[in-house]
Amino acid sequence: MGSFWARTPPATARVAPPLLQVDNLTKTFPGVVANQDVNLTLNEGEIHCLLGENGAGKSTLVNMVFGLQQPDAGEIYIRGQRVNFRNSGDAISAGIGMVHQHFQLIPVFSVAENIILGNEITRGTFLDINTARRQISKLAERYGLTVDPDARVGDLSVGEQQRVELVKALFRDADILILDEPTAVLTPGEVDDFFAVVKSLTSQGKSIIFITHKLREVLAVAHRITVLRAGQVVGSTTVKGATQQSLANLMVGRDVVFRVEKTQANPGALALQTQGLRAHDDRGVETVTGLDVEVRAGEIFGIAGVEGNGQRELVETICGMRSASSGTVHALGQNITGWSPRKINRLGVAHIPENRSKHGVVEQYSIANNLVLNRYNHKKFSTRGVRNTAAIQAEAASLVEQFDVRTTGVQAAISTLSGGNQQKVVVARELTGHLQLLVVAQPTRGLDVGSIEFIHRKIIELRDRGVAVLLVSAELDEIISLSDRIGVLYRGRLAATINAADATREELGLLMATGSSSSTDRNQP
Amino acid sequence: MASGSSITRASGQLHRALTEIWRLQPLYVSLYAILLSFIIGGVLISLIGVNPLTAYWALLRGMAGDADRLAGSLARSVPFIGSALALAFAFRAGLFNIGAEGQLLAGGITAAYVGALSWMTNLPGILAIPAILLAGTLGGTIWGGIPGVLRTKTGAHEVISTIMLNSVVLFAARWMVGSRNPVVLRDTDSTVPRTKPISDNAVLPELVDSQPTLHVGLLALVGMCFVVAFVLNRTNFGFEIATVGLNPHAAHYAGINVNRVLVWAMAASGAFAGLAAASEISGTSGHFQPGTFFLMGFDGIAIALLARTKPVAIIAAAVLWGSMLAGAPLMQQEANMSIDVVRIIQALVLLFVAADAIVRYLFRVKDIEQNPFQTSTVGGAI
Ligand SMILES: Nc1ncnc2c1ncn2[C@@H]1O[C@H](COP(=O)(O)OP(=O)(O)OP(=O)(O)O)[C@@H](O)[C@H]1O
Ligand SMILES: [Mg+2]
Repeated sequence: MGSFWARTPPATARVAPPLLQVDNLTKTFPGVVANQDVNLTLNEGEIHCLLGENGAGKSTLVNMVFGLQQPDAGEIYIRGQRVNFRNSGDAISAGIGMVHQHFQLIPVFSVAENIILGNEITRGTFLDINTARRQISKLAERYGLTVDPDARVGDLSVGEQQRVELVKALFRDADILILDEPTAVLTPGEVDDFFAVVKSLTSQGKSIIFITHKLREVLAVAHRITVLRAGQVVGSTTVKGATQQSLANLMVGRDVVFRVEKTQANPGALALQTQGLRAHDDRGVETVTGLDVEVRAGEIFGIAGVEGNGQRELVETICGMRSASSGTVHALGQNITGWSPRKINRLGVAHIPENRSKHGVVEQYSIANNLVLNRYNHKKFSTRGVRNTAAIQAEAASLVEQFDVRTTGVQAAISTLSGGNQQKVVVARELTGHLQLLVVAQPTRGLDVGSIEFIHRKIIELRDRGVAVLLVSAELDEIISLSDRIGVLYRGRLAATINAADATREELGLLMATGSSSSTDRNQP
Repeated sequence: MASGSSITRASGQLHRALTEIWRLQPLYVSLYAILLSFIIGGVLISLIGVNPLTAYWALLRGMAGDADRLAGSLARSVPFIGSALALAFAFRAGLFNIGAEGQLLAGGITAAYVGALSWMTNLPGILAIPAILLAGTLGGTIWGGIPGVLRTKTGAHEVISTIMLNSVVLFAARWMVGSRNPVVLRDTDSTVPRTKPISDNAVLPELVDSQPTLHVGLLALVGMCFVVAFVLNRTNFGFEIATVGLNPHAAHYAGINVNRVLVWAMAASGAFAGLAAASEISGTSGHFQPGTFFLMGFDGIAIALLARTKPVAIIAAAVLWGSMLAGAPLMQQEANMSIDVVRIIQALVLLFVAADAIVRYLFRVKDIEQNPFQTSTVGGAI
């Protein structure tokens, strides 16, 4: 540990009590100590970053502060007053707001309805949706968070839903905002806007507990940093003197490689080809507008683009989850246009979906059942339609081990896993078995630096074995470091295809924003 | 206030006994709902001026006072098993099939029609009985499958379409059975509207000559519960159904044909109601009358919820339900209590099971998982 790491000083030394003080919190779940004697203080106007590996106990800690879970031992003080939250309602009344790692929105309700849920503005006995709508627009404008109050939440992209969550927390007028990985789902541009919001909030005296795995962000906004490992605080510091490497090492307990080494790609036969592909999103808007893309065996083709330029629909159309309105998809020597997801999967196409909780897992299922979600009917796992539970569990145990999923057992419900560990389950499922084409969307969303390194290695390993990889990611660093070629998706088409070796963040950023690399074209549609 | 908390403390202790001694986890809420309903029912009875113990004692003897009454109670319960299975099965796929009422009628008509066909008289029982049961099952399957198809093709919600189909088949059945001009299915020799009696070969063998007759249909439907438990908990089809029910998006992603699962779940669901109707006609009445199945489908909903949609628990819940109805007349006779008291108690049971927060609060029961694939309790095929 570096010399500047020290335990949080006892808060009693201060004159005025800190805004929030967490004292020796302990929380155990069957078989795991999620938090052990955790201490944390938050001062007014401060951004306090919580760092730690997947499963280190960050969400558990803030859930206790927000009243969603009750500590086994320890105390929480707000402005020196001991508090005992029985539920999140208590925490909200005490001026705490939270944006959760997993969305808490109701898809069939509109944005405005979601935001006022539990905070209804009434006129007489009627819900005054108009007042709410006006307030939302005002808030949205003030913090630069554009949301359409009348849109149905289920129709929104992940990034847009995240904005709704933020507005919702702000709407309730919180002094302390807890943000559990709010930037995991945002694009780089959105992240910048988001930090502008965060900074203006703190300048107005609000205080923020901020959880993220992105060390670049930590160094950019944090005032103080607390690092958790296996439920315990292993260090607490200010940003001064900290580097990405020093933070990563402290989190993981070993050296972490940020940019995975890879050899020159050795592209083979054409593995994926779309021609004139067109597809519509859920609202009926054409978002893939005549797209041609080619990926060869043994190469990683990265798709960069601002969210909403057709990434989601492209991936879903290739994997059979969405039908193309025109154009064709050829994969592994077959015309797979119009095939069912199962048939495409059987051909050797694996798919890591963008939206884990919607498509990737069944929250109520065990880890084992999630690990065989799309191959429960393989010979190995069932005989004449009857499940072979022993084989399923054996497979699950081996994958959990291989992908270092932190859990007490494969029979535990997947919802008991930390967010990052849930993602590892999806990745483990998709990267195993017979595959020749891998379609991945946001493969490392929500993962800690160590796990990202691991999954990047896995993907490169697959490429070297001759698997074709189509990688969609909002992380420019991930696109640049993993890809062999990069296509920039702009308004449903590839605006440019460049060699990853020549790509810079700046050039990609410009292409993503304007669809063209010459700045003179910038203002043209 | 103080007495209130001592009551919940006492019931909390009862709860611990049930947890640690009898291990009936998934069914606490139901057991407590029954207990609570009988207590409230008892209060009602005493308000009328009757000793609730006398009334309940009569009810109990009416339900199972001697072998004959017990057999009669069981006989009364048989069709409820089928109509409850109809709800439970669809429920796993996330569908709310409240059309068992109509599916019973559809199955009843087809069974009675096939059972009365002239060529049936030439078939040996070993063929005639399966024929009539199959006919009823098929009728129920089709009537259950239609809302499934409507749901997947047009998005029509199954709650709405099953309610409408209930009415359609009810009026169609009344007309077919009632009309003399033209004669459709009416037995013209009978003064009451009903179908022609089924052939003797198609009558299910009886187990006990009780009132009503306890017939082999009991075994068929009890067996069906175990089959359903196996299918839901141990097979790929069961896994597909549960996946669709819990997260249709993930099911689609995983390559499951969501629409096909929905249609089959509805069709299978109707099949159970159809089988129940056929076994009633073949084993008990010998002909079809629309009134026979009145409210049986809706009682099935209550029974399925009481059994927490667990197929094997449905057997117990249906037997309780059916025997309460069978035992009520003795209570009326001996304690001079209207049969409706039983209906009130049943309504309370349904209320407490549906609004289980009340029961959970009173008995301090934590929420528990329902689905067999959810956690480690796989195979807990209660
Ligand atoms: N409801 C629960 N039941 C059992 N175990 C749980 C439950 N919730 C969390 N855990 C366990 O507690 C530990 C800490 O989880 P937590 O969600 O706090 O991690 P985290 O630091 O937020 O990780 P991530 O970065 O992946 O989100 C993990 O081992 C997790 O499996
Ligand atoms: Mg977390």
